[in-house]
Amino acid sequence: MKSLTSLFREASKPKKYFTSNNCQRVFSSSNTENGTKTTSMNMFQAIGSALDQTLKSNPNSVVFGEDVAFGGVFRCSMGLQEKYGRQRVFNTPLCEQGIAGFGIGLAVTGTTAIAEIQFADYMFPAFDQIMNEAAKYRYRSGNEFSCGKLTIRAPCGAVGHGALYHSQSPEAYFSHTPGLKVVIPSSPTKAKGLLLSCIKDDDPCIFLEPKVLYRSITEEVLEEPYELPLGKADIIRKGDSITLIGWGTQVHVLIETADLARQQLGINCEVIDLVSILPWDSETVCNSVKKTGRVIIAHEAPLTSGFGAEMAATIQEECFLYLEAPVQRVTGFDTPFPHVFEPFYLPNKWRCLHAIKDAMKY
Amino acid sequence: MKVNYFLNTARLSLAYLEKNGCHSLRRSFSVLSSGNAAEVFEEKTSGRWIDKLEFVEPSEAPIPTYRVMDLSGRIIDKSQEPQFGPKIPVEMYRCMALLNTMDRILYESQGQGRISFYLTSLGEEATHMGSAAALNSDDLVYAQYRESGVLLWRGYSLDDFMSQCYGNCDDRGCGKQMPIHYGSRRLNFVTLSSPLATQLPQAVGSAYSFKLTNQPRCVIVYFGEGAASEGDAHAAFNFAATLECPVIFFCRNNGFAISTPSDEQYKGDGIAARAAGYGIVALRVDGNDVFAVYNATQIAREYALKYNKPVILEAMTYRVSHHSTSDDSTAYRSAEDLKHWQEHNNPVKRLKNYLLARNLWSEQQETEWATSARKQVLEAFARAESKLKPQWQEMFTDVYRDIPNHLMKQMKYMEEHVEEYKQHYPLDSFKKN
Repeated sequence: MKSLTSLFREASKPKKYFTSNNCQRVFSSSNTENGTKTTSMNMFQAIGSALDQTLKSNPNSVVFGEDVAFGGVFRCSMGLQEKYGRQRVFNTPLCEQGIAGFGIGLAVTGTTAIAEIQFADYMFPAFDQIMNEAAKYRYRSGNEFSCGKLTIRAPCGAVGHGALYHSQSPEAYFSHTPGLKVVIPSSPTKAKGLLLSCIKDDDPCIFLEPKVLYRSITEEVLEEPYELPLGKADIIRKGDSITLIGWGTQVHVLIETADLARQQLGINCEVIDLVSILPWDSETVCNSVKKTGRVIIAHEAPLTSGFGAEMAATIQEECFLYLEAPVQRVTGFDTPFPHVFEPFYLPNKWRCLHAIKDAMKY
Repeated sequence: MKVNYFLNTARLSLAYLEKNGCHSLRRSFSVLSSGNAAEVFEEKTSGRWIDKLEFVEPSEAPIPTYRVMDLSGRIIDKSQEPQFGPKIPVEMYRCMALLNTMDRILYESQGQGRISFYLTSLGEEATHMGSAAALNSDDLVYAQYRESGVLLWRGYSLDDFMSQCYGNCDDRGCGKQMPIHYGSRRLNFVTLSSPLATQLPQAVGSAYSFKLTNQPRCVIVYFGEGAASEGDAHAAFNFAATLECPVIFFCRNNGFAISTPSDEQYKGDGIAARAAGYGIVALRVDGNDVFAVYNATQIAREYALKYNKPVILEAMTYRVSHHSTSDDSTAYRSAEDLKHWQEHNNPVKRLKNYLLARNLWSEQQETEWATSARKQVLEAFARAESKLKPQWQEMFTDVYRDIPNHLMKQMKYMEEHVEEYKQHYPLDSFKKN
């Protein structure tokens, strides 16, 4: 297991990282022995595979956004225009509100629309289209119209040097908008399965891709299309002392933290990848907390009104009699995301370990 | 209600568009197929060199406004008169009169507190009927909110209008939106929403969808000149042009966005003049002349479908009504202006005069239709008012396709709460399980 810092440093070198329980389940049910082939893929390749298979199986589907035609600035749509033509994989003018609105319109008339916003930091010009329009389309029309066939992908999260506008984690903004589904994968296997689920899902989905993971993790990923459930958390590691919850890149930080806790404190942490921000799997989370009695929620986004706040409130409501320590949130600070101070900003494994120590001795 | 007659004049206009459209197309092809990349870039960027410093100024002469009949309903140039027989203009007139009747009655009913909000289309009836009549019934409509006549033309019943305004159990929208936010899948009229101009890039996406799936349908999207100031309008024009979408942008330029007069809205030559900058063909049309609007929309539709390109139509009109029931327009405009438009440039009167002059309509028919329209509206109104609202649990449906667990939990909580505190909720007005 590599440390996150080396993961950042060696971002371009593929390496085996981890396979979650869900992924193992996928493999064990249909692995090479059963005649199902897998290929070594990093996250951008797994996403490319999901896009490819969608375009292949559904002639009424399109992939579009800024610079997607030549393969995308993160290579997620590589080779797709050559394969499926300019009508189905194309660049749009540089205008996020246009991309989102255009995608809604496609979906309203039955086209499966997979839009890319180049960085999650630039989703805000499309915020009105996403939350006033996409999210409310079905509701406001009494299901006469909907844009369920829309998926918006965007790279998110810290990348080592992204500063204010190439590092943001905007999931909490979208979590406050009924009608949307918000999903964040933490591995290539999850990225492919969850993206295919989002594309197929009949509600508009926001798919946030932690960009630091695009090249840093390589796994054996099923070649054929498969889906992973939306709205379901994934228990990555079983434990009984304390529950650690995160999503995206933070899941990897929490795994490292769990290793540290075992070495230094001799305790077994339960690590949960939340996967879906909206709707979120409060059942899995609360069952875990009822078992362990202690919980740390960690995310890169700022503390105040971050999604951790929603989870903490629900946990205290559902698990009040089980809690043996206050619910703790280890998050980014309530500042913009800084450039040179990034190592001091992120909720790294040392801050998470510190929180575990506090919780254990409370 | 589409009329299949092909206009001579229409052919002329289309030829003009073809000539100009193809000119720029040829140029970009010749540029791309010859010369090295740097030269191509240079030619594309600069066009031609000049050695005097000359700023390009906004054009002094406004884009002219196309019209077919004068203010008294007389056809100016016979070649421009749509040859669609007597049925269509009479139907247009009946629809306008019915729309006026519905508007007046619902406006008053809001004043009496019977519905929460209303917004009339007075003065803009010709833009609705003229454009709607020129479209196929399967062309998709995206509207802003002052386009009720388009729905009326397509067959949305008075009961449909009233049910939506009342939010009763027969409203297809389940009473979730404010009055006048109509929509109908059956009639290819996308449900309206309040945020302005958001429907514009959506219309472009739907037009792209039709093109992709080879459906011979176009999209028309209506918006006011105020909404055209939104960023989404810019997005839509540019996407439609670059992605080559069969969409008609229909701007109702009625002089006001609530209290803001159009000279505080823009300094260019209206909306039509913006088209050139996006590489889009445009036409300015007299929005109070139903035939001019009809011709313009018909040609625009033909062009959009033939070339998979957008068109901008700017219909010049005047908002005779208050902005809405929440607005008193006497606070920001003169009574004389209003009177002028009501009396001297009234789209309904213009069409009526046209019909009277051809003996297609009479004062007796006028009286009969007025009585009938009023009766129809009042009856539909009474029916809508007497109906219960939907089950209150409908509040939780259609947020998602299926109700997720957390929402189900919230619904169950509310059911238990309402059971215990039922006397504090207006349960009698709502349908029961």
